[in-house]
Amino acid sequence: MQMYGEHQFPGKLFIVEGIDGSGKSTQLSLLQQWLKREGYTVFFSEWNSSLLVKETTRRGKKKQMLTPTTFSLIHTTDLADRIERHIIPPLKAGAVVLADRYIYTAFARDVARGVSPAWVRQLYQFAVKPTIGFYFRVPLEVSLKRILGARAGLKHYEAGMDLGLSDDIEESFALFQGMIRDQYEAMIDEFGLTVIDATRSIEDQQDEVRALVERELIDVPKHPVPSLEFAES
Amino acid sequence: MNNGAGKHRFYGEGIPGVELSELQGRLIVIEGADGVGRSTQVAMLKPWLESNGHAVLDTGMTRSALAGKGIKQAKEGPTLGPISLTLFYATDFADRLENEMIPALRAGFIVLTDRYIYSLIARAIVRGMDPGWIKAVYGMALKPDAIFYLRSEVGDLIPRVLNRPTGFDYWESGMDMHLGADLFDSFVEYQTRMLAVFDSMSEEYGFGVIDSSDTIERIYKTLQRRIGRLLRERG
Repeated sequence: MQMYGEHQFPGKLFIVEGIDGSGKSTQLSLLQQWLKREGYTVFFSEWNSSLLVKETTRRGKKKQMLTPTTFSLIHTTDLADRIERHIIPPLKAGAVVLADRYIYTAFARDVARGVSPAWVRQLYQFAVKPTIGFYFRVPLEVSLKRILGARAGLKHYEAGMDLGLSDDIEESFALFQGMIRDQYEAMIDEFGLTVIDATRSIEDQQDEVRALVERELIDVPKHPVPSLEFAES
Repeated sequence: MNNGAGKHRFYGEGIPGVELSELQGRLIVIEGADGVGRSTQVAMLKPWLESNGHAVLDTGMTRSALAGKGIKQAKEGPTLGPISLTLFYATDFADRLENEMIPALRAGFIVLTDRYIYSLIARAIVRGMDPGWIKAVYGMALKPDAIFYLRSEVGDLIPRVLNRPTGFDYWESGMDMHLGADLFDSFVEYQTRMLAVFDSMSEEYGFGVIDSSDTIERIYKTLQRRIGRLLRERG
């Protein structure tokens, strides 16, 4: 079993992190489009994507039977499955792997819930260290406006209602997001996250992200897949 | 091995929100290989303890309300990788620890558990997990008041396993590890490795080792004597 930082794969792993409403998913999707057009083999790995573990997670959330410890462990199980299934094999194959949220989401969220920071970092020792971990930094007021304006309803754990911060779900969410943001800020140096100012225009952010990613792709082979879509380029 | 009544400790970082001084009961673990006779002993010890006036919670692996069902499904088709399965077991264990064992200990019960973290750690190590890592994962576990390890040789396990209508089991034979041509070869290799890991943990965790080749009655007497002594220490 290889531990964090020990893996040596020909592929590259780029991940995006940030609080809800930071715009990270939009940026990752734009990055994916560009990488494909450039002819790289791109694999997109979604958070919480394992069917088998998903059912257990859903049961725990629906019945509100998760404690901070089991919440942490079930999400670790899920990420382990994702890493064993959808991250390590494509990295071995030399692909560019993209992940929307990674271990830092768990660190931020679980520590905000009261789980020991040392323990949760130990849990994720199996994880592959990303080539670049982008952190989309956004003021809380901006992200809250985006999220609370657009969403029909917040969910119990998503809003951190299990922490007992407030009886009002929107207020609880805002407080919880603030705690998560504090955790992200504290992790920048610890894990060498690359900070992107998410208050800038989408285009400016994407230019910066592409420039940083491009530098890491010098040795990565391109395998353009012939398709009608890209026939002209 | 004995922490004294009401003096429970975690192995590592523990579980947030648990006040250890509130845990008045006793945590007693019966460990050992597959087919070694653990559940037989638990089934005999429970009524004995109850007849002596102790409230008993007996529990075992992969029965948690949260993850028990998921693990059963995962094992029907071995589609989870070794790290994920290891962590799924840890999730199941944590759910039972927090929602069954700790509340029972708080209420002053004797918690008698058929296996504990040691089987889970052994399975993980045999499957190539980093020993330091898996021990840190189980840093959330409580240190038991006593751990009785029913020690066996592989040769002793085989007749016991074959005494059941189901015979050799896929997982008890470690078939996911591709160790042998068939269930028997794989069982022997897998269980040999498991026993070696158990032996290596014996001193570290303070197992009370009991020879499982003894008769059921004599093992039972030994357990009764040792548990009786432990409970009298309460004063």
